[in-house]
Amino acid sequence: MHIELKDIHKHYGPVRANNGVNLKVEAGTIFGILGENGAGKSTLMKILAGYIRKTSGQILLDGHVVDYTSPAIAARLGIGMLYQDPLDFPALSVLENFIIGQRRGLTQSNQSFCQKLQSLADELHFALRPDQVIRSLTIGERQQLEIIRLLALGINILVLDEPTTGISSLQKEVLFKALRQLATAGKIVILVSHKLEDVEQLCDNVTVLRRGKVTGNMQAPFDAQKLLKMMFGQIPSTPQCGRITPGKTALVMQGVSASGGRAGLEKCSIQFHQREVIGLAGLEGSGQGVFMRVAAGLKQPVQGKIHMYERDVTDQDYHVFKDYGGMYVPASRMEEGLIPSLTIAEHFALQVSGEFWVNWSKAMQKAEDSIVQFSIKGQKQTLVASLSGGNQQRLLLSFLPSNPKLLLLENPTRGLDVESGHWVWRHLQKYCRTDACIVFSSSELDEIMMVADRVLVFYNGRIIKDVPTCETSVEELGRAIAGKI
Amino acid sequence: MTRNTPQSHQPLKVLQNISITAATVFCFTFILIMASGAPPFKAFFYIFKGSLGSWVKLSHVIQAWVPLTLCACGLLYTFRIGLWNIGIEGQMIMGAVFSTAVLRLGTQSAFPWFVLILSFVAGVIGGGLWAVIAGFLKTRSGVNEIFAGLGLNFVAQGIILWLIFGPWKRPGVASMSGTEVFPTELWLGTIKSLRLAPVGVGFAVLAIITSAILLRYSSIGLRLRAIGSNSHASYLFGMKPNQYMLLAMLLAGGFAGLAGNLQVTGVYHRLLPAISSNYGYLALLVVMLADYKVWAVPAIAFFFACLNVGSIQLPMVLQVDSSLSGVIQGALVLATLALSGWRRFQTAN
Repeated sequence: MHIELKDIHKHYGPVRANNGVNLKVEAGTIFGILGENGAGKSTLMKILAGYIRKTSGQILLDGHVVDYTSPAIAARLGIGMLYQDPLDFPALSVLENFIIGQRRGLTQSNQSFCQKLQSLADELHFALRPDQVIRSLTIGERQQLEIIRLLALGINILVLDEPTTGISSLQKEVLFKALRQLATAGKIVILVSHKLEDVEQLCDNVTVLRRGKVTGNMQAPFDAQKLLKMMFGQIPSTPQCGRITPGKTALVMQGVSASGGRAGLEKCSIQFHQREVIGLAGLEGSGQGVFMRVAAGLKQPVQGKIHMYERDVTDQDYHVFKDYGGMYVPASRMEEGLIPSLTIAEHFALQVSGEFWVNWSKAMQKAEDSIVQFSIKGQKQTLVASLSGGNQQRLLLSFLPSNPKLLLLENPTRGLDVESGHWVWRHLQKYCRTDACIVFSSSELDEIMMVADRVLVFYNGRIIKDVPTCETSVEELGRAIAGKI
Repeated sequence: MTRNTPQSHQPLKVLQNISITAATVFCFTFILIMASGAPPFKAFFYIFKGSLGSWVKLSHVIQAWVPLTLCACGLLYTFRIGLWNIGIEGQMIMGAVFSTAVLRLGTQSAFPWFVLILSFVAGVIGGGLWAVIAGFLKTRSGVNEIFAGLGLNFVAQGIILWLIFGPWKRPGVASMSGTEVFPTELWLGTIKSLRLAPVGVGFAVLAIITSAILLRYSSIGLRLRAIGSNSHASYLFGMKPNQYMLLAMLLAGGFAGLAGNLQVTGVYHRLLPAISSNYGYLALLVVMLADYKVWAVPAIAFFFACLNVGSIQLPMVLQVDSSLSGVIQGALVLATLALSGWRRFQTAN
């Protein structure tokens, strides 16, 4: 048995999530797919699992072209996927989850499924109790259940998307042992990861993706340096030190912990200054999102102290943060940043109007000025939902106060083309000259190296690296993101 | 796409939508009446005659139009912010109850007009209070406003029955026909031959005008719409979504409470178990059919009032149940929703 992907393309409008990917996996191997955020790994695997449809390309199973339109059909061909967040039913029991989706004869009793579940679990050394409710399980246990369920469906090709995030090291050991056992039994295991250590420990072969394309293949034993280079591309020159003279302390966190996201935030202590640009790196969900929300007052910490320009803002809400000159710009522009059914002018009206009457003349004027100043392609009466991503971002930036003190920007250039991205940063850097402190997260290390003075790397809810960009390199950061300091 | 483009060819589209909906509903009710063994055209004719056939009939229609319009205006605020204020029925009932309480205290008063004004205030407070309870349950405890509203409707119904059969029962025997009738000084002044209270009509017109101005030109209207569309973003813009939800509920409850008051002071002059006449629920349909637009509310409310009043005599003349009006109203709303859903599906593809 072998599976082959030929020239797979997946386009979302102008975005090419997969741009001509080729790979081949033989039976009995554990195959790694490596790449940074947004490289196209998950897209590729979801295509393989029938969860999303490819734009073009072929999938060959044992040399025959197979075409399928749903995960259920893929499962019948023996292809199954363990998603990043387990897709199960929290209210049901382990056994009920196991039975769902399986063919069931009239005479087949729950007892027979229970036996099947037990024997598969024993075989792989998973400790699962059939009567436990999913809600009370850990992510690791839910994964185990999902693996067993897929195997019972007759899966021969098992795809795992970032399976080691959010599970304990003991569970990881059990998982890896089980995966090796499956490979030895002649199945294909495909592991999608951004973590070098996982790949090094487990895989026989690895393919690296970057921006939707294959940048290289390697067989065990792996050369970490080379893999990092394939993952992150050509390494940009390190910026020079001493670009800035930091001003007053803008934001201080002392031992702040918070919940949320996959990893939460654990005992985070930092000190940011005026005129600094700080980049937050890390795999998505490693804590940088929670960090920003806590800093902005959108989420309250469970412990620790937060000060903003020497004022205690612990447990204060976002409106206080805003009053003190802070501003938070979320990554999900349409979900959190803008109001879809309102026009550009109405967005300004919300901001310039008094308590009772809408000041339409002022709002219209402001909208007109901003459209010109920020070169937004749209009119005053354009609904923001119909603006392109780049223009939505420009509009959001036009809402920034004229002299902000602290800006928190979540992936400010995500989904923008290079030109728009440069424009955004040219604009943001102006604020630094007027004594603001800018904190931004980004999945692009190049971007962080280019614009930030200092970089923080988040891993599993902790800051594991905090260095000036002039004293580090993309390789070093890449290693830190993958959990290797 | 800008907002202007759809509007430029909108009149035609609107006309087209209306005719399709009307035709569908007409066919549907036609078949339905036929099935019940009555002549359909005659039924339609009697509905028309029963609602607009004479000045007295018309005054009955306007009597129904007043509470329907008031409730519909109130619902515009809650719909703007994305709340389903099903509890409007209970809010209307509590408005009537609070009003009755004040009127009962003022039966001996030397200033009946003052008691009446107090009862208006009490009605608004009663309805507003009932709405704000649902609002608090929503904003503080995350109880869906539909469930909270439904629950409170039952509670309000319970309260009104308890009052009518308990503390406020008629001397002698308690009955479904309500409390004792108030002295005529506490009735709203009516146009003699028509038994129609101009004050009520005035309140309804005032409600339309204030709502139109508030929703269109005030910051409140814009903010309600913003929060209804995206409360996360609205919060980031500096608004407090929870406060505006309570405000919208308060306004809706206030209008409904006033409608409840007018049912007592202007129409029945006593408290009845069925004081709300389901106008609250009907107002939900009015607003949906009006596509949440304030200028369409009075016309649709009027049409619905015609159907309600016109169908009253159907059982007598044609042996068709008067619930036919409800069938037509429901079918209209369903047809409209289906059509707009279909249009959206079309544009999406």
